[in-house]
Amino acid sequence: MTEVLRIENVWKSFGDTPVLRGIDLAVDSHEVVALIGASGSGKSTLLRTINLLERIDDGQIWLTGVDVSTPTTKADAVRARIGVVFQHFNLFPHLSVLDNVTLASRQVLRIPRAEAEARGLELLGRIGLAEQARAFPDRLSGGQQQRAAIVRAVATNPELLLLDEITSALDPELVTEVLDLVRELKDDGTTIVMATHEMAFARDVADRVVFLDRGTIAEQGTPAEVFGAPREARTREFLSRFLG
Amino acid sequence: MLVSLASTLVFAIITWLFVVNTPGWAVVQQRFFSPEAALVALPRVWDGFLLNIRVLLVAVAGVLVLSTIIAALRTLRGPVFFPLRALAAGYTDLFRGMPLIITLYLVGYGIPGLIGTGGPRIPSYVLGTIALVLTYSAYVSEVFRAGIEAVHPSQRLAARSLGLSHGKAMRLVILPQAVRKVTPALMNDFVAMQKDVGLISVLGAVDAVRAAQIEVAADYNYTPYVVAGLLFVLLALPMIRLTDWYTARLRAREQIGGIV
Repeated sequence: MTEVLRIENVWKSFGDTPVLRGIDLAVDSHEVVALIGASGSGKSTLLRTINLLERIDDGQIWLTGVDVSTPTTKADAVRARIGVVFQHFNLFPHLSVLDNVTLASRQVLRIPRAEAEARGLELLGRIGLAEQARAFPDRLSGGQQQRAAIVRAVATNPELLLLDEITSALDPELVTEVLDLVRELKDDGTTIVMATHEMAFARDVADRVVFLDRGTIAEQGTPAEVFGAPREARTREFLSRFLG
Repeated sequence: MLVSLASTLVFAIITWLFVVNTPGWAVVQQRFFSPEAALVALPRVWDGFLLNIRVLLVAVAGVLVLSTIIAALRTLRGPVFFPLRALAAGYTDLFRGMPLIITLYLVGYGIPGLIGTGGPRIPSYVLGTIALVLTYSAYVSEVFRAGIEAVHPSQRLAARSLGLSHGKAMRLVILPQAVRKVTPALMNDFVAMQKDVGLISVLGAVDAVRAAQIEVAADYNYTPYVVAGLLFVLLALPMIRLTDWYTARLRAREQIGGIV
């Protein structure tokens, strides 16, 4: 197994508020890691530091064996190798769905438009949105928008996919279609780190569950371990609030 | 519909009767609204007006380019870019405060002064265009900046996450959305600009206003000014209507699902 991501002793504060306090995490190729924890536990911040959207205060981050936390790192090049999907989709409203999906291929990877669009249409076809390729995002339902956003994130074949609570802003009946797509990506061998509140989904799809509590990793293990027999009291407390 | 028509008609008649019955109307009519004088002046005023239109087109292009650059400079982050940000901020402060006519004089007489008597002579309409671009870019860059800041930060985040550089994120994602947001305000500034183009006459450029002035001086009839003024109004009307229409359309789009 090759290691896609390695995080060592990562610290991050916003002002005087520590958000990440010495995080260590390694993710292997084809692995799906679910980050769970209360709001404010540092899940989203951790994802953003991996993508270099937040500068870390201390520690190191390696992407496929290369240290990307040095000051000389070309952040744009690193981000191009990582796909991100956000809670609120963040599709570009002035571009068609297809242009959203192909933007990075054309502008960052410099793939010719025809080629990028052929792949974009194929991907959109796979999620049943080929018909809406030329439509603008506001014509799509929330679930369709989020699936288009996922396709946008994977269109460049990133080495790592980060999902930041991608179902939290969706109506309950639209969650399934989005999660089904994530499951398909897992089956294709995509390496995924996802922050989620969907415990059932994490249990079902994740290879490993990481419980974050106030900026530290309190516990991690297979879903069976973390959900079935949590070792830490705070994990048990968190899960009891969630699972009832 | 009938009521509004009738009330407009009555109002117009009352106003007309009032103006016509003022003691000086006969003289004013002769001095300002003489059809003969208008016909005599029209060809020259029209020639001057064509210069106004040329200056306007060039100035609009110049303003769009310069103001976009200024606005983009002002949104740069990080301490490294402080000098550029400060320069851009100083520029907008200076030229938004400075009366256009002063800028016209400073550019119109200052630049030839800097070049010196030995250098090439720059036509006054070129200097006037430069002054217009300087002044209006200061306003329009603020409009653009407001638009850029109105685009939600998550859009920038999403763009950068795809690996787009700051510049590309700006050009491909942020600016297109910013421009859409501020188009009505932008069009309004260009309506204002198309009439201020007449001010280049103070530098001696023979535009519509200057041509009218020359005609007026010939026989002390002010009708050519009215002719020039009407030409400017005619030029502005399509733009004004377009602005109204576009603003209404935007409002309608945003209000889909009820007006509350």
